[in-house]
Amino acid sequence: MGDHPHHDDEHDRPLSGPALRVKALESLLTEKGLVDPQALDELIDTYQTKVGPRNGARIVARAWTDPAYKARLLADATAAIAEFGFIGRQGEDMVVLENTSKVRNVVVCTLCSCYPWPVLGLPPVWYKSAPYRARAVIDPRGVLKELGSEPAPDVEVRVWDSTAELRYLVLPERPAGTEGWSEEQLAEIVTRDAMIGVAQVRR
Amino acid sequence: MNGAHDLGGMHGFGPVEIEKGEPVFHSRWEARVFALNLASGFHGKWNIDMGRYAREQMPAADYLATTYYEHWLFGLEKLLVDQGLVSAKELQAGRPEAKADAARAMHVADVAPFLRNRRAARLDADVAPRFRAGAPVVTRNLHPVGHTRLPRYARGRRGVIHRDHGVFIFADTHAMSRDRKPQHCYSVRFSARELWGPEAAARDSIFVDLWDDHLDPG
Repeated sequence: MGDHPHHDDEHDRPLSGPALRVKALESLLTEKGLVDPQALDELIDTYQTKVGPRNGARIVARAWTDPAYKARLLADATAAIAEFGFIGRQGEDMVVLENTSKVRNVVVCTLCSCYPWPVLGLPPVWYKSAPYRARAVIDPRGVLKELGSEPAPDVEVRVWDSTAELRYLVLPERPAGTEGWSEEQLAEIVTRDAMIGVAQVRR
Repeated sequence: MNGAHDLGGMHGFGPVEIEKGEPVFHSRWEARVFALNLASGFHGKWNIDMGRYAREQMPAADYLATTYYEHWLFGLEKLLVDQGLVSAKELQAGRPEAKADAARAMHVADVAPFLRNRRAARLDADVAPRFRAGAPVVTRNLHPVGHTRLPRYARGRRGVIHRDHGVFIFADTHAMSRDRKPQHCYSVRFSARELWGPEAAARDSIFVDLWDDHLDPG
């Protein structure tokens, strides 16, 4: 259905051909003067090339190497993250959750897909998927085990459901054997999934 | 609403599968519909809570059978028509009947300031909190047909106020009538066993961000 070349009378099949529908919608909104395709390009480029999990990795690496920064980050994450210029949409009010040898934090949005855009970019498909949104709250240990990151029985698991406008970033544990590494080296090993809480950072 | 979007605690969806080296967008139309949502939102005809509610109104069976950006497409088409930016006839025909009135589209130069907006939902309103950190609470057993950010799995459950986030727009009314109804939003801690029964790990907990209107003293 999605390969139908015309878009004149196909809208009574709302689930067919999203590519076609989007193309038709963009041209309609452009012709009406409601959107400017160049602004669309700029929006897309921002999240494809400028804003992504490398931002969050810099925050984590700084927190690992600068105790005063870490203290500020845990006390007022929004302000401490803004020191890097990472502010704005879907990161207006940030909370940082510190993992320790006894506590693992896991972030989810069961109702939609809330995610801290300024520090992690746009969410991956798995984070937005029904399996993760359904299971993260009822079976976090099962999810972590499947993803190769099972917590020991004596570790407390805290799941954070992003149901309001607070956005959460996990501060993973710094891996052993990274003593003396530079902030830049450390940022290289920090992964998106570790900052969501479903993986640990490995050297 | 008790919709298909309210997924927390459901079974039957299979494993979580993480794609290695995943691109930000998997196809051009995903990128375009993402950007169309933001650029259309620039006109200020709806708020983020209305945006979420629009996506939730996708028929439940369709919601579960489609991808994330198809939800965004559904929601955008609904908002554009409901809020009068395009007519249903224009949407169906794919051709404009008239230029939009006095609309100024988002330009390239507007993008960065638009994305750097820092105050979306937190309010300066002087509203007293109903609860303090450490207070026991019980969530209301609500099943509104409209929008709510109180998930089904956390209704009628006992928890403890973990943290007072301050005064925020109340999403539930903001989505339905644009009423901001300023009130405190809290991180509420529930033991895994309170939510999921004795099989859940004794030491685990789930934190849900909820507003005064979701809570009663516990």
